[in-house]
Amino acid sequence: MRTDVLVIGAGHAGLAMSRRLAERSIDHAVLERGEVANSWRTERWDSLRLLTPSWQSRLPGFRDPVDSPNGFRTMPETVAFIERYARAIAAPVRTHTRVISVRKTEEGYAVQTTQSAWQARAVVIASGACNIPNVPGLAKELPASIASLTPHHYRNPGQLEQGGVLVVGASATGVQLADEIQRSGRSVTLAVGEHIRVPRRYRGQDIQWWMDVAGILDTRYDETDDLERARNVPSLQLVGGPGRMLDLNALTESGVRLAGRVAGLRDGKALFSGSLANQAALSDLKMNRLLDAIDDWAARQGLDGLIRPPRRFAPTRIEASPPLSLDLEKEGIRTVLWATGFRPDHSWLDVPVFDRKGRIRHDGGVTEAPGLYLMGMPFLRRRKSALIDGAGEDARELSAHLAAFLRIYKRPRTLAASHGEMNTATSTSGQMLPPLNA
Amino acid sequence: MTAVAEKQVDNGVNVEALVGAREALTQAPEAAKFSWKATSKWVSGTHSRTRIKGFFGLGQQQAHKTEFTFDMDHPEIFASEDKGATPVEMVLTGLAGCLTAGVAAVAQYRKIQLRSVKATLEGSMDIQGILGIDSDVRNGFDGITVKFDIDADATKAEIEALVAQSQKRSAVYDALTNPTNVTVTVS
Repeated sequence: MRTDVLVIGAGHAGLAMSRRLAERSIDHAVLERGEVANSWRTERWDSLRLLTPSWQSRLPGFRDPVDSPNGFRTMPETVAFIERYARAIAAPVRTHTRVISVRKTEEGYAVQTTQSAWQARAVVIASGACNIPNVPGLAKELPASIASLTPHHYRNPGQLEQGGVLVVGASATGVQLADEIQRSGRSVTLAVGEHIRVPRRYRGQDIQWWMDVAGILDTRYDETDDLERARNVPSLQLVGGPGRMLDLNALTESGVRLAGRVAGLRDGKALFSGSLANQAALSDLKMNRLLDAIDDWAARQGLDGLIRPPRRFAPTRIEASPPLSLDLEKEGIRTVLWATGFRPDHSWLDVPVFDRKGRIRHDGGVTEAPGLYLMGMPFLRRRKSALIDGAGEDARELSAHLAAFLRIYKRPRTLAASHGEMNTATSTSGQMLPPLNA
Repeated sequence: MTAVAEKQVDNGVNVEALVGAREALTQAPEAAKFSWKATSKWVSGTHSRTRIKGFFGLGQQQAHKTEFTFDMDHPEIFASEDKGATPVEMVLTGLAGCLTAGVAAVAQYRKIQLRSVKATLEGSMDIQGILGIDSDVRNGFDGITVKFDIDADATKAEIEALVAQSQKRSAVYDALTNPTNVTVTVS
């Protein structure tokens, strides 16, 4: 089967791209391994709500009446929302069509799926940033008597044995799971590495509202000092819900014991780094810099006096000597939950665009392989790129690039002939690429 | 041109060279593999002398401009001759040197002029461990405190951020806060 563009993945990112391609009358299909919004449907725990308020899920070409714009969607609500979007834009989705391989051909890309073989001139990868839980190598040292679980298989505390739980990682996933597991009567130790502490609400507004209106979420990838760093910052310590700040202090109050990041597993003992106090200090300083930026912006807008005054939160409390080791069996730990981040699965991509760490190299979503694009990754083109709310603008810009690409390479056979008329950068493969913001 | 002149900051750190090295090593990660070396000779009693000269990095053998020697011993209350600092004090020395270098480098990068940086370190230890009196007491430090006094053209929060970032990027801080496999052999 043939089309101009194949979009891989029918989540919010792939669908937003589909809408942008449709606006340009570009022939395309969206290949989906399961159902629309598959990851949201199958790889999330029961209590999870979006970390962004409902008003902030703006998708291109879609006006969805929201009952409570300041509410936070549950996973079934999120799935229903994305399904409504797919229907509203009449996206050409092929469900239950898993991509097995993508190869470069003379005319573009050969895409093999579980249903059929496709040939396309361009491919947009929108298959998600969180396909595989990142479990550190030291997990294999865990004693066999202790259950080892990732967030993709965790649903609720009832699924865990009674007894202690070691939650590794204190970003959004780790703090949420530590909180609900502790509340279920299992005593939780939380291993804390680098984390980003933020209040859910600040000066009467949601933190996401502030980051949106103050332009923080719009910071572009090509305006960022250290993009590598920006693309790898952990998720904000947030829970989708009204008002509640789920930081380390809140967890300490509910009885969770804090330890440093897991530095090793040896002889049935978890060894923790002695760096917890500094991790907390770094995070407090970072939060205060964010609040300073928000306050500066609010002052410039003349909001002081109209809204609640600035405030600062109590520093993170760390006990004088946090534990450096935990004898897992002796201390009754029955489960270790690895909330240590996620990575995408691009194992089906047979195109040499990977860096030495196995990540796709790209310039704002434009890969080095002409006609191959990436969507939905952290800070792909702007800070909000991985949010539902970020898909629309990224798709608008990338679809413009893609349209220019299709126009220029109308007939692949005449590639060489058209070189003379193009005044653009050369890719490593020697083929010409149109400029990014043509 | 803007009316505001570029802030001149000189902490004696060549940040451009460091940033350049970082970029170069990102492209050639093999060259980033270093091996630090020390050779030590027993003198007498608990006195030993360590020499530091060569190391490996950027793909080849390197050497300091001069050889550095460090005498280590124990104080007289340990029935020693006190010919040098104790090895655990050398560990504190390493931590102080590492964190202070980090503070200076980060300050330069962030355009913060330093006037003085003083670090006071304390490592507490129950020597029942090393004396084999109580096997529940560890040999090493049971805790280390580092207190920085920094005078600089910066706010308190900026200075705290310098110190926090310095810890985040410190080799010795990492070596002390995380386990390391140590392999000792006899030839």
